[in-house]
Amino acid sequence: MTVAIELQGITKRFPGVVANDRVSLSVESGEIHAICGENGAGKSTLMKILYGMQPPDEGKMIVNGETVEFSSPSDAIDRGIGMVHQHFMLADQLTVMENVILGSEPVKRGRIDEKAAIEHLREVADDYGLSVDPTDLVETLEVGERQRVEIIKVLYRGAQILILDEPTAVLVPQEVEELFRNLRDLKAGGATIIFIDHKLEEVLEIADTITVIRHGKTVGTVKPEDVTAHDLAEMMVGSELPSPSTQGAVIGEEIGLEVTNLTVLDDGRPVVDNVSFTIRKGEIVGIAGVEGNGQTELVDAIIGTTRPSTGSLRMLDTDVTRWSVRNRRESGLGYVPQDRHHEGLLLDHPLWENAALGHQTKPPFAKRIFVDRPGSRERTEQIRTDFDVRTPSIEVSASTLSGGNQQKLIIGRELLAEPKVLIAAHPTRGIDVGAQAAVWEDLRQARADGLATLLISADLDELIGLSDRIVVMFRGRLVADDLDPAALTPRDLGAYMTGAAGGVDA
Amino acid sequence: MMENPRIRRIVLGLAAPTIALGAAIIISSIVLLVSGSSPVEVYGDMLENGSRLETWVDILNRATPLYISGIAAAIGFRMNLFNIGTEGQYLLAAFFAAAAGGAVDLPTGLHVAFILLVAMSVGGAYAGFAGLLKVNRGVNEVISTIILNRIATAGIIAWLLTEWLDESRQGLNQGTAFIAKSGRLPDLNSWLEVFTRDIGKGRHLTSMILIAIVVGIAFHIFINRMVAGYDLRASGSNPTAAGVAGVPPKRMVVIAMTMSGACAGLIGMSTVLGEKYSYDRSMTTNLGFTGLGIALLGRNHPVGVALAALLWAFIDASSGILQSTNSASREIVKILQGVILIAGVAGYEVVKRIRQRDEVQSAAEAMAADQDAQMEGAPA
Repeated sequence: MTVAIELQGITKRFPGVVANDRVSLSVESGEIHAICGENGAGKSTLMKILYGMQPPDEGKMIVNGETVEFSSPSDAIDRGIGMVHQHFMLADQLTVMENVILGSEPVKRGRIDEKAAIEHLREVADDYGLSVDPTDLVETLEVGERQRVEIIKVLYRGAQILILDEPTAVLVPQEVEELFRNLRDLKAGGATIIFIDHKLEEVLEIADTITVIRHGKTVGTVKPEDVTAHDLAEMMVGSELPSPSTQGAVIGEEIGLEVTNLTVLDDGRPVVDNVSFTIRKGEIVGIAGVEGNGQTELVDAIIGTTRPSTGSLRMLDTDVTRWSVRNRRESGLGYVPQDRHHEGLLLDHPLWENAALGHQTKPPFAKRIFVDRPGSRERTEQIRTDFDVRTPSIEVSASTLSGGNQQKLIIGRELLAEPKVLIAAHPTRGIDVGAQAAVWEDLRQARADGLATLLISADLDELIGLSDRIVVMFRGRLVADDLDPAALTPRDLGAYMTGAAGGVDA
Repeated sequence: MMENPRIRRIVLGLAAPTIALGAAIIISSIVLLVSGSSPVEVYGDMLENGSRLETWVDILNRATPLYISGIAAAIGFRMNLFNIGTEGQYLLAAFFAAAAGGAVDLPTGLHVAFILLVAMSVGGAYAGFAGLLKVNRGVNEVISTIILNRIATAGIIAWLLTEWLDESRQGLNQGTAFIAKSGRLPDLNSWLEVFTRDIGKGRHLTSMILIAIVVGIAFHIFINRMVAGYDLRASGSNPTAAGVAGVPPKRMVVIAMTMSGACAGLIGMSTVLGEKYSYDRSMTTNLGFTGLGIALLGRNHPVGVALAALLWAFIDASSGILQSTNSASREIVKILQGVILIAGVAGYEVVKRIRQRDEVQSAAEAMAADQDAQMEGAPA
């Protein structure tokens, strides 16, 4: 086999950070090569360098035996390298064909030669076994199909080497299956695929070779048949794999949050279907479930941004079903949202204004109807020291912090406000291992102080390790509502989550 | 190298408007040279004119409604709303306020307060309607307010003005009935003359400027010091995050539009209460549109908007002198204003990027220093 891409000693520095530190990588032609690593390990930077979006500070790139230097993605495309971005870059109002040819339209007598375009597109699609109707409007396509269009777009431009940036992040399991089938067909058609991911099971399933990156350095290159998911995880995070665990049951008798027969309708369809559970003080209840099974809507209903159609909600001893979001927050409902940027932060505002978000009506952030600026700043400094938020100052805007530091700011803001009930949705998503361990410790501490916590997480180890009790959501319903984490493995949970073991409690 | 971050911040803050003004002068000079005028002569005329007390009264009078208009637009911008409807809102408000003011007879202070209240209510309601359309029907506020502008001026005002015409008024300039003495704002000439000489040329400094100052201070306190203002800014910057923090995004849109419109309602009050004492066919228009540019130039900041309004008014006030001295065509002032606006907005964007880069860099340095410290401390 020949080597399609070889990277030697690639180094890329950003102010104060070395994103890639002498990374070396060798991808053989016709293989599926996975690049694995935690968020922030430097995978994306490496791929941007390979695709010509950023020049490396040091190092050498060899594509098909020739040393190359890319100054823009078009140089990479000329060399047969194409990239499928995580966020699709498609125009909804155009057809599949129009999207594919956009920017490299075949022209005949000053007009777009649609016939030739469709023919070429069909050829490419057939060669690689990708089925798609060129005349469909992109806005009518499912996520998986859109991704296929993105792949065809790249192949249409003659790419032989495809880079896929976390392609499975946006897909549901069935679509992942379909994608993997497509990738195998592509490989059979002679393409080389570089596949970025951090989901270990997927990587083990699809890759021929796996390279692990940690803190900007290559840790090693392995074959999937030689390693287990656990081995890979250890390579990704370093030798000691921090594990979430809760010790010492201090669960009180008092009820923190009680959800009774809650139903949320979306377009007349129940997305949360008659859900009931209680969380006592000092208890962490974990919700397991494949994303999109009603967890988000359940959280929205508890926070109060969505009105449930039936059911009731009690916090401590009060019925809060009809309360506004603000009333709920003021009476002690804390919220760590699943998407920091979307729901948790005002990115352009200084840290101290972000620290007030959700608590802006209460001391120390407010004095009656006025903003208490000294009080806000003081509290923000406290969050900064207590929760180890690394920042030059509390006056910088939130967008300048790294994901882990943003998350610590949010956790600190919610916990220092002394909530009675905390909703923590994916609290460690997309943050580095160090910050993850800190967040776990914070949640554990809050639990010991008597906080009732609802934990939603896609990380099953986290869920099992932190929760006192686990409930499973599937298609809007609780298919299991009192699982003991001590007696559970991620595999058991997986069975519940796909509905396979749903009969146990029903 | 500007090492001191504080100095660097101030320099950066001043850089954009200075560059904008410089660019405007250079480009206008080129235009003047091409059209056969002498830039030195033109700028000389403008500055000489600007040094007269009477011109300053003129500038302040012109700047007053522009400032209020700028603040009205800024309220919208802070909530991420483009209230292009301040134009229709202020004209409609001025019309109803003048009509109502002319129809009633109230004691001195009360009469003015009543007219101001009517103006703010009408402006607020008209803008609030656009807000309701946005949250309930998903109509973009730019589209709806443009249509509402047209409905206000070519529809409601044009129709009602003929209906409510004061028959007793003389001359071609038809309008609503005159507001009685009790409902007129006094001029400030006597105050000003305490510090200066007598003001000539029949110029009167309108006391609306005091109301404009109050509006500016109120805006500052609301937006920067009150929790409600924090809510508005938060909702404008990230409606979803503000929503889970207890600020209902839809309600904030309606509130912000209403506040913006209520403020816009005051734009025409200089004319109605201090100049014409009625609404007639020669009512000053375009103040709303101009205010959008002034808000942009003033960075939605209460002091910035004031400086922008003064600059604008100064250039406006120069157009007459250029014509009378025959040193250049008066249209040069429009070019000057246009270039200042474009260069200013572009300059702010450049400065914003420099600032962001600075921040990211210092954040990264802080983290790196932290890591180094940890590594050094590790073996011990």
